[in-house]
Amino acid sequence: MSLNDFRGQPVILAFYPADWSPVCTDQLSLYAMVMPEFKKFNAELLAISVDNIWSHLAFVKDRKLNFPVLADFEPKGGVSRKYGAYKERIGESARALFVIDDKGVIRWSHLSPDGINPGADGILSALENLNKAQTTEKS
Amino acid sequence: MSGTTTVARKRITGKTLLETTSKETAGEYEAPRLAVPVTPERDHIEGAVKAALTLVEYGDYQCPYCGAAYPEVKKVQKKLGSELRFVFRNFPLTNIHEYAMNAAETAEAASAQGKFWPMHDFLYEHQPTLGNTSVALGYARKLGLDGQKFEREIAQHLYQKRIKDDFMGGVRSGVNGTPTFYVNGIRHDEDAVARALIEGLKQT
Repeated sequence: MSLNDFRGQPVILAFYPADWSPVCTDQLSLYAMVMPEFKKFNAELLAISVDNIWSHLAFVKDRKLNFPVLADFEPKGGVSRKYGAYKERIGESARALFVIDDKGVIRWSHLSPDGINPGADGILSALENLNKAQTTEKS
Repeated sequence: MSGTTTVARKRITGKTLLETTSKETAGEYEAPRLAVPVTPERDHIEGAVKAALTLVEYGDYQCPYCGAAYPEVKKVQKKLGSELRFVFRNFPLTNIHEYAMNAAETAEAASAQGKFWPMHDFLYEHQPTLGNTSVALGYARKLGLDGQKFEREIAQHLYQKRIKDDFMGGVRSGVNGTPTFYVNGIRHDEDAVARALIEGLKQT
C-alpha cells in the first residue's frame, strides 16, 4: 500500500504506540465511531503502529475497526521514522497525526504527549480547513 | 483518563513533526475546551443552574470506567454543594457497547417525563442489567412514569438524534474516551476521581 493509492482524496495518518491499550475507548475505537464524519470529507484513515499483522488482525476484529491498520514492523518503525514519529528509546511510534491533502502534501500534523489521546477534533478541523482552502483555490 | 494517564503533560501544538526529531519540551500543553456551551434549556443539569463551578461529563452508561466515576461525581457534588452544577451529556460508544444507545435512550425517555437524574443514577447503579430492558421499565413505573409512553419512545428511537448531537458536540470538544470530564469548560486530563476533579474545578 502506498500513499499514491489515495491521491485525489485527503488521507489521515494516525501513528499510535501499540495495539491493546488498556483504556475503555482507545483512540482508534473513537475514530471508528467518527468514521462517517471523516467520510463526509472523502477522507481515508490509515492507522499505523509497529505491532505485527497478527496482532493487528485480532485488534481490528476485537475493536470493530472500519479502516486499514498498517504494520510498521519490518524494518521496524521505518515509516514512522520518515515522519519523525518514532520513539527510538522505547521502540514505538509516537501518537502523531497527519492530514495529507489530495495532492499528497501534509497540511496538518499534531504530536500528542505520552498518554494523551488526542481525540478527533483536530483532524476534523484540519479537514474543514482543507475544504475551505480548496474552495478558495477553485473560485 | 481511567488512571492510565499520569505522566507529565507538555506538548507542542501545531508543531510540524518533520522539522523536529527529539526535542519535545517547548510550549505548554493546553487541554481542549468545551465546544458546546452549557445551555439550561437543553442540558441535563444537576445542582444550581447558575452555580459558580461547572462539571460536564460525556458518558456512556455501559462503560465500566463511567460506572467507576459515578460515585466519584457524587462525592464531588457532596463536597461542593451549591457551588457546583453537574451536566451529563451522552457519548455512547455503540461499536463496543451494545446496550449503550438503548440505555441513553432510556434516560432521555425518562427525562421527557421529568425524571432524568433518577434514571441516570439507576442505570449507573445497575450496569450489569442493561441488556434486560424490563429492569429499567420496572424502575420507570416505580417512579410513576407512563410506562407505555416510555417504552414507545425508546422503541421509536425518538431521542436518538439528540444523543447523536451530544456525541458530535463531544467529538468537537476533544472527547477522547469515556468518561471525559470538563472542569469549568476545560478538558480534565487527570484521573476521574473526586480529589482530582475538585482540584481541577477549584483551579480553573
